Amino acid sequence: MANGTAVLADKSFYEEGTTKAKSGIAAWIFSTDHKRIGLLYLFAIVTFFIVGVIIAELIRLELIAPGETIVDAETYNRLFTLHGVIMIFLFIIPGIPAIFGNFFLPIQIGAKDVAFPRLNLLSWWLYMTGAALALTSLFLPGGPADTGWTFYIPYSVRTGTNVTIALFAAFILGFSSILTGLNFVTTVHRLRAPGMTWFKMPLNIWALYATAWIQVIATPIIGITLLLIIVERTFGVGIFDPTLGGDPVLYQHLFWIYSHPAVYVMILPAMGVVSEIIATFSRRTVFGYKMVAFSSLTIAFVGYLVWAHHMFTSGLSETAAVLFSLLTFVVAIPSAIKVFNWIATMYKGSIDPRTPFKWVMVFIFLFSIGGLTGLVLGSLATDVHLHDTYFVVAHFHFVMFGGAGTIFIAAMHYWFPKMFGRMYNEKIADLGVYMFLVSFLTLYFPMFLLGYNGQPRRYFDYLPQFQTLHVISTIGAWMMLITLTLIIWNLINALRKGEKAPANPWGGVTLEWQTSSPPPLENFEEIPEITGEAYDFSKLKGTEYGLK
Amino acid sequence: MVSNNSSHTTHRHRDDVGAKLGMWLFLFTELLLFGGMFLAYAVYRMKYPQQFHLSAMEMNTTIGTINTIILLTSSLTMVLSIAAIQKKNKFLSIIFLVSTLILGVLFLINKYFEWGHEISKGIYPGSEVLLSKDNGEILYFGLYYAMTGLHGLHVIIGMIVLLFMLVFIINDNIKWDDYVKLENSGLYWHLVDIIWIFLFPLFYLIQ
Amino acid sequence: MEEHNKESSHHIIDYGTYVFVWLLLVGLTSLTVTIAGINLGDYTLVVAMFIALIKASLVIAIFMHIKVEEPIFKVFIAIILITLLVIFILTFADYSFR
Repeated sequence: MANGTAVLADKSFYEEGTTKAKSGIAAWIFSTDHKRIGLLYLFAIVTFFIVGVIIAELIRLELIAPGETIVDAETYNRLFTLHGVIMIFLFIIPGIPAIFGNFFLPIQIGAKDVAFPRLNLLSWWLYMTGAALALTSLFLPGGPADTGWTFYIPYSVRTGTNVTIALFAAFILGFSSILTGLNFVTTVHRLRAPGMTWFKMPLNIWALYATAWIQVIATPIIGITLLLIIVERTFGVGIFDPTLGGDPVLYQHLFWIYSHPAVYVMILPAMGVVSEIIATFSRRTVFGYKMVAFSSLTIAFVGYLVWAHHMFTSGLSETAAVLFSLLTFVVAIPSAIKVFNWIATMYKGSIDPRTPFKWVMVFIFLFSIGGLTGLVLGSLATDVHLHDTYFVVAHFHFVMFGGAGTIFIAAMHYWFPKMFGRMYNEKIADLGVYMFLVSFLTLYFPMFLLGYNGQPRRYFDYLPQFQTLHVISTIGAWMMLITLTLIIWNLINALRKGEKAPANPWGGVTLEWQTSSPPPLENFEEIPEITGEAYDFSKLKGTEYGLK
Repeated sequence: MVSNNSSHTTHRHRDDVGAKLGMWLFLFTELLLFGGMFLAYAVYRMKYPQQFHLSAMEMNTTIGTINTIILLTSSLTMVLSIAAIQKKNKFLSIIFLVSTLILGVLFLINKYFEWGHEISKGIYPGSEVLLSKDNGEILYFGLYYAMTGLHGLHVIIGMIVLLFMLVFIINDNIKWDDYVKLENSGLYWHLVDIIWIFLFPLFYLIQ
Repeated sequence: MEEHNKESSHHIIDYGTYVFVWLLLVGLTSLTVTIAGINLGDYTLVVAMFIALIKASLVIAIFMHIKVEEPIFKVFIAIILITLLVIFILTFADYSFR
């Protein structure tokens, strides 16, 4: 045994995981190695992301002129439903936790794997099953669902499209998300390396831990809600349908009890990654570490109390509306704590503005706009006017794509050398950042103006005076397509012929940088013993990383 | 050598507390799954108190009570089965586990007759009799079928899990010093019991 | 770590305790059925839910071994109960004031 380990020392999990018994694709899709599962997710999620982008391009193309341009109204309804379902359930909710969480959570806490490796694999299979079901719904008679991703009652009970299958797909995807969540919570509780106390954990772990809790305690609510619509559609059981006495607003409550916390499933892990990247490239410990850690938990908890701000115009009682509006403002506090602490971390830091750091700068800019416009929507008086307009569309694309999406790309660039053992062309990657910022603003900023002027969302047609802004936005969509192509092409190119990456290309101090790139099967040759805090840059000696 | 080493199982240490922690987290998701339905029940009961009262008259309290006792007893035999394996009494553990399974079957048989009785009266989702009733009554029976139905499904799932445990005990996969699987299955079974403890007064005892 | 685990999962409770708890549970069931026969007006639901809560706590504490498990389990359960409570209170913040 001892001999074996010595022989294996310089091999990565790519070589070690493939054996005679398990080779080819089976070594991947039946592997319980958290790193392989993370990469499986990466492959699947990026594929669905590309599909979602293509659909979005079609939507934008339809909107280039008023009236029917390339698709009819019915098809348009299906397209935006599909875009929403794919981007939310298949891309952004699993995105960072399933890919980077799986790959780096065990490594960053000094563990060999997650607590339940087989459950982890099951979770990927459930994800794929859900995705396959969602795809099946496209091709069966009845056609794809046309309800919007929110499946609001009563339309979702009445429409003849394949809503049942889409709902069941979402249910299974939820199950997959729950299993990942409970796996992560247990892993953080049980498998931290010796010496890794709670306040020595990297902030990414805190964020993932808080996210995992939301996944566990919010997802079941959507699970049962979707199941109830299925039951209502299939057996005619009266639960939400107003003709049977049901209350559609109750459906909205149940839906948003999950779907608002789900917003934090999307953004919290991104915030964790931001803390990592800022610390590494500022060569400084995160300012107010404990506050940043606690703010993750606070966001997770307060995020649970604000769901009805999606329902201000649905006939909510006034008392509830005022209460939820107030609570919504409270969420801004922990988010602001994070932003201010990140900036304080950079202050007097030795900043090395490499590609991941640039992405984080883009994030802070876009996310701040997204967050502040969120307050506009959280205020009762303004929301009544802006509800269901393009202002909302712009707002959530700024927080979701500009926030979580940007950090997804940032994480990709930050951990790429570790995951694949290769470096990418940083010049092209930097060009990607600039192009992204420009095309993002061209694409989404006009939407704020459109919404402010009264253009409702989800319409395939619009008044002629809105055309200029729509055309600008559509051009932005094309620019975005080019940008994303460039970014992905650059990374694929790096995979094929990038330079070999060193173990620690950025000068990071968290545990993943203390093992080889890519890591060996069991992550470390020896389980590390943790003595200092998470971001102690005094460990980095010498001038190698530009330190004095 | 390589193939030996690359298998994860050779290194995996046993962590019973971790396994139970994971199981509890799973139970929470089940609890919240039902929690969503309890919330719907609470809202509708507040909206239609009279109709809920009226509909509950149709329920057979005796069958409900018997089923409650059956499930409580099955919870007892379940926990006794774990206690027996802790005390290295494999035989007794098997006996108790089999009793749990039998009680589960009895519960389902009762449920079958109860549903059958309602259906024979013409009260089932989408039926003319039900649709001619007031909104509150339609909702009551909608929730009744959905909630007891999902609960029944959980009983069935629990029984399948327990059947596997039975096999594991018989072939010594579960032993006195390694029984966390049995314990976790027991936790699941108790959760099903707890949900019934709340379903029972809400559907049968509002007369 | 591992030694510690073994220890904590080896709390053995007597058969007798379990049977006693079961008797309590059956007793509470007959109590709640009996009370349901009496007209308590608005309090019917409150009393029924109170008894159900006691029964559930007994099952959790004894049958599900929470009484003898590590404290972290109790923390977890508290988190879930608070979550459920919050959902109910906030939803009724809407329905009670319609």
